[in-house]
Amino acid sequence: MNAAAELPEWAAVLVALLVLLGAFLTLTGCLGLSRLNSFYFRIHAPTLGTSFGTLLILLGSVLYFSLTQQRLAVHEALIFIFVTVTTPVTLMLLARAALYRDRAENTGRVPPSLDEDVADTEPPDRRPDERG
Amino acid sequence: MSGTLLFWSLSIAQVLLALAMLAAVYRMIKGPRAQDRVLSLDALYINAMLLMVVFGIRSGTTLYFEVALIIAVLGFASSVALAKFLMRGEVIE
Repeated sequence: MNAAAELPEWAAVLVALLVLLGAFLTLTGCLGLSRLNSFYFRIHAPTLGTSFGTLLILLGSVLYFSLTQQRLAVHEALIFIFVTVTTPVTLMLLARAALYRDRAENTGRVPPSLDEDVADTEPPDRRPDERG
Repeated sequence: MSGTLLFWSLSIAQVLLALAMLAAVYRMIKGPRAQDRVLSLDALYINAMLLMVVFGIRSGTTLYFEVALIIAVLGFASSVALAKFLMRGEVIE
């Protein structure tokens, strides 16, 4: 905390606010992950942390390092771009895997299919779009 | 003044992120099925990455940025591999 002492006060307040708000959003998302009822609800909750939680904390980091090192530090954007690109890929794969497993076992509540004629009585092997 | 403010706010942010990790671990232990556990593992590594970033701000070195980047890359690869395993029963076919 040597360099933090000569940080101007407005910058310290701004960094503190950004980091606190990002951490709070991440905590909210993970509380939702632990408290919601169904998997298909739960899969939405942690994206609060991967979108705006990550964005705010990394903005605080960019601001801090740009001011203490006297040059623009934007390499945190690398993490943000990577997380923003990869989170939907992961969660869509995971949601499709969960849907496949739930439909294959035919137990519990599954979100209805888009085809109306095979809404609830869909046999487990009728999924040509998920093969391949 | 700004040193004290940053010290306390970053400490509180670290506590919040640690609580978020605890919530994810609770879901990982309790989670009724495997996809809940994979989902909470995904949230857990994102929280660990953010904790590393906050720790880097706190210590004032950019070394922890690279740690966070590596955690993000490896966590993505492991989550995709686990989701693929849940879908197909094997990772590489």
